[in-house]
Amino acid sequence: MQTENVNTTARETDLSVELSGLRLDNPVIPASGTFGFGAEFAEFYDINILGSFSFKGTTKEPRFGNPTPRIAECTEGMINAVGLQNPGIDAVVSQELPRMAKVFRKPVIANISGFSVEEYVECCGRIDSEPQVGIIEVNVSCPNVKHGGMSFGTRPESAYEVTKAVKAVTTKPVYMKLSPNVTDIVSIARACEEAGADGITLINTMLGMRIDLRTRKPVIANTMGGFSGPAIFPVALRMVYQVAGACGIPVMGCGGVSSARDVIEMMMAGATAVQVGAMNLRNPYACKEIIEALPQEMERLGITRLRDIIGIARN
Amino acid sequence: MYKRGIYRIVANEALTGNVYRMVLEGDTQYITAPGQFVNVELPGKFLRRPISICDYDGRTITIIYKVVGEGTAIMGEMKPGGELDVLTGLGNGFDTATGTRRPLLVGGGVGVPPLYNLAKRLIAGGAAVNVVLGFNTASEVFYADEFAALGATVTVATADGSRGVKGFVTDALKSVPEYDYVYACGPMPMLRALGGAVNVPGQFSFEERMGCGFGGCMGCSCKTKNGNKRICKEGPVLRTDEIIWE
Ligand SMILES: Cc1cc2nc3c(=O)[nH]c(=O)nc-3n(C[C@H](O)[C@H](O)[C@H](O)COP(=O)(O)OP(=O)(O)OC[C@H]3O[C@@H](n4cnc5c(N)ncnc54)[C@H](O)[C@@H]3O)c2cc1C
Ligand SMILES: Cc1cc2nc3c(=O)[nH]c(=O)nc-3n(C[C@H](O)[C@H](O)[C@H](O)COP(=O)(O)O)c2cc1C
Ligand code: FES
Repeated sequence: MQTENVNTTARETDLSVELSGLRLDNPVIPASGTFGFGAEFAEFYDINILGSFSFKGTTKEPRFGNPTPRIAECTEGMINAVGLQNPGIDAVVSQELPRMAKVFRKPVIANISGFSVEEYVECCGRIDSEPQVGIIEVNVSCPNVKHGGMSFGTRPESAYEVTKAVKAVTTKPVYMKLSPNVTDIVSIARACEEAGADGITLINTMLGMRIDLRTRKPVIANTMGGFSGPAIFPVALRMVYQVAGACGIPVMGCGGVSSARDVIEMMMAGATAVQVGAMNLRNPYACKEIIEALPQEMERLGITRLRDIIGIARN
Repeated sequence: MYKRGIYRIVANEALTGNVYRMVLEGDTQYITAPGQFVNVELPGKFLRRPISICDYDGRTITIIYKVVGEGTAIMGEMKPGGELDVLTGLGNGFDTATGTRRPLLVGGGVGVPPLYNLAKRLIAGGAAVNVVLGFNTASEVFYADEFAALGATVTVATADGSRGVKGFVTDALKSVPEYDYVYACGPMPMLRALGGAVNVPGQFSFEERMGCGFGGCMGCSCKTKNGNKRICKEGPVLRTDEIIWE
């Protein structure tokens, strides 16, 4: 497959990046909710080749999530309405983290969700003392149940409030994970930065739906769900470009990434690291294949150090 | 353990109007139990399609599928010699070490296939296997002869009475000899009715829409008396005493 020439060049390429003081061997990170707590994928390949991974969105209490069916297929993508099924922060700390340590030796990204500011604070406080966790990623695409169910990530004020509150209870880098279902993503990212966020992850899923033509009913039991996969890549790329241009903190680009070329494009738009979501579900080896393809793709494009291209599309 | 592999299609033929049997050649070492399933990647489709393993040996996997939508229609068009990207080793499968001597196997429609390798194993283990196969009408019946050839006693039920017992599989229960255990796979209404009609222990196989098929996305979860389970990982087979009928 590889020619000798490519192999030699491949050895010289540098894939490493740095996120808030955390050095990653490469920028490829499975996105939260598409990689569980790592164990299932560790049956397919040695997941220590990953830059890191973001574990399943964790809440204070255990959750079953939404009724099924909660998965629908789309052209070049899928809709999920899992609804944050997770065993709760106590079980994640006492059971999932020790289990994860057996399959993953690098610092992991802890994805935290909440339905009130207090819940975010409590979960981030709990995870703060866990040495396995390198970064806390706060998912603000959740409804604020105390304020009419409006998502925390849809208003700069509430995004600011959550950021400020969690920053006060942890010394770990905090990345705010933003929802694309807003009119002005930049104002929300800026609010997070002002509140002290160490970085931004974007994007989460886009609100979508499908109808079953035979039953004439929505496919998803909850009617709507989060659309993701290759189809959303241009939207994600655009938002990464906007936010990276407007903020001074690192961005993890996410949304529709399915190849080494997508990773490079995301980084050119301004992403320091790149997350891969739905593609892991179709192809469990997706991240492995992307990491293995990166050196050759870089060589083809004349890139020696991957971090040199971060945001280069802007210059 | 599960694995992705490239499989060569060695046969793909219609059994009835819209039910096909496909034989795939490739690595089968990760298949550990009857009732497990494969997840098939299809050109132009984002998600894989889960299909039960009907039978397998050292180098082939047989699946039987009904064309119901775009994905299965693509499968129906595939020709021998072509290749498929398939995940194997998925799901828990049926537990055959239950000590049953007189098991009853009940299948409805495309719920029939996973019972075939199960029947084979139970018969090899010395059990007297009774099989009830439910279909809508005579032209949809498949595999009755194949089960009989294994040595199982076969009762067919059709909803319109065009073959065998008229009615549902539960209507056929009266005409089968005594049984001490029940294995079943089929549509939800059939499983629910069966659950209420039999009073021996058993295992039922369920379906759910899947994102991955290997436990990575929590798309397929269900509640059981033993906590939440993923149909693709801790299922698709559940013991009847842990099922919560909603
Ligand atoms: C564990 C398991 C084993 C199965 N075994 C068999 C089998 O042996 N033979 C067989 O004919 N069918 C089987 N099915 C059902 C089969 O997966 C669906 O009929 C098939 O996915 C339909 O795909 P489609 O593209 O033709 O239909 P579409 O309706 O176009 O599919 C759209 C989406 O819905 C999903 N979907 C649709 N129907 C079902 C369903 N009943 N269950 C799960 N997902 C569904 C598809 O996978 C796809 O993601 C099984 C399902 C599961 C979960
Ligand atoms: C099945 C599924 C579950 C998800 N669960 C979470 C979650 O728990 N927390 C979170 O922040 N994002 C979650 N996401 C969103 C992804 O992490 C990612 O942001 C989004 O899917 C876009 O990336 P993609 O197009 O590569 O899938 C989930 C996505 C999918 C498909
Ligand atoms: S389908 Fe993904 S966990 Fe079952």
